[in-house]
Amino acid sequence: MSTSALGRAWRLDERVALRPERFGALAYNFGTRRLSFLKSRELLELVNALDVHPTARAACDTVGIVEAELPRYERALARLAEIGLIRERSAE
Amino acid sequence: MKTLPLVEEFAYGLDAPICLTWELTYACNLACIHCLSSSGRRDPRELTTRECMDVVDELEQLGVFYVNIGGGEPTLRRDFFELVDYATAHRVGVKFSTNGSRITPAVARRLAAMDYVDVQISLDGATADVNDRVRGSGSHRTAIAAMERLAEAGFRGFKLSVVVTRENAAQLDAFHAIADRYGAQLRLTRLRPSGRGADVWDELRPTPGQQQALHGWLLEHGDNVLTGDSFFHLGAFGERLPGLNMCGAGRVVCLIDPVGDVYACPFVIHTEFLAGNVRDDGGFTRVWRDSELFQGLREPQSAGACASCGQFDACRGGCMAAKFFTGLPLDGPDPECALGHGEPLLVSHADAPRPRPSVDMTRRLPILSGGAR
Repeated sequence: MSTSALGRAWRLDERVALRPERFGALAYNFGTRRLSFLKSRELLELVNALDVHPTARAACDTVGIVEAELPRYERALARLAEIGLIRERSAE
Repeated sequence: MKTLPLVEEFAYGLDAPICLTWELTYACNLACIHCLSSSGRRDPRELTTRECMDVVDELEQLGVFYVNIGGGEPTLRRDFFELVDYATAHRVGVKFSTNGSRITPAVARRLAAMDYVDVQISLDGATADVNDRVRGSGSHRTAIAAMERLAEAGFRGFKLSVVVTRENAAQLDAFHAIADRYGAQLRLTRLRPSGRGADVWDELRPTPGQQQALHGWLLEHGDNVLTGDSFFHLGAFGERLPGLNMCGAGRVVCLIDPVGDVYACPFVIHTEFLAGNVRDDGGFTRVWRDSELFQGLREPQSAGACASCGQFDACRGGCMAAKFFTGLPLDGPDPECALGHGEPLLVSHADAPRPRPSVDMTRRLPILSGGAR
């Protein structure tokens, strides 16, 4: 991986539907037919903000994720990319 | 806002199910001896096409991503594809279970071309002799032919669904090979003493040794083999299986039966677990949110006799349906408790009357040979 997940631009995969819940959100990918969970409301906000920001880092700033928390969200985004929930935008 | 670990969040219930099982008809052209819903004949009160569409509208509103459609044999409904098209057009995905008898080459091509649709072919023996004893003469051939057609049509990743029994527990690798051959994914589920399954459970349930081997096999195959969280009671053998490992009945899942009755889960078709009907005022949504039964299931549950067990956090007392239909207390061990606490209870409760399912649509006339006609 050349740049970290935070330095890149992402979007929600178009086959993914999110359902907000108290704990975060349910996420279902109609393509892979897999259900996954976003385990906090902050992560849901971040995922929803990815689309309109040039980098994930910028999206983090907008939703108010503090510096110390960034590594945790970077790992979460990498995992979401791995399971095909989010896609890198530059690849389009 | 403080949130709890996911399993606890789910145990207290969600505003809408994560997914649900919807048996579209009690009609079936097979007569499997372990049928969970005692299917055979159509019920004249079954939901009409319009009523089914209304349910789909509600599910869309609720944000239910997909439904597991079953029966009976759901493809016997004349409006089956109309309903599948309607659901997927409303972003409610469909995964349907079938014995494969209606999967012609043309149907396979149609299914392969559809987004939002998944197919689950039922097979309960890797060999015809083992399968057909349970599912009926010719049913192995029918299921294999359906898989061939789906594979030929380019449908990748459909599911091969197997109920694990004493007779097929040694065939897990063979099932895996069959799934691989057709580009399918293997799904294993638990034999439950529900429906007609109650009549054969004693003879067909895997032995304790087979249960332990199954636990090891599932761990070895991890996420590649699906289980629908079916075997969470085996977590007490030590390592937990992938999945949520909890009973979702009335909390995150439920069953809608062909006449619109809503039960806590697909394995408890009994008045005791009947929450309401989609035809009632307020429809499915109100049943899900307000029924006393579901409210009760979302309360903290007593661990009863299991409270002092060191493995309670792993299995949480196991499956409610398995306990109920074997006549065991609901706040005690699962009849197939990994630590063996169920066996003495089965012996001591052997003479107690076991609850019978509330619905039995079993055909009274024998079906002709050939099974899937």
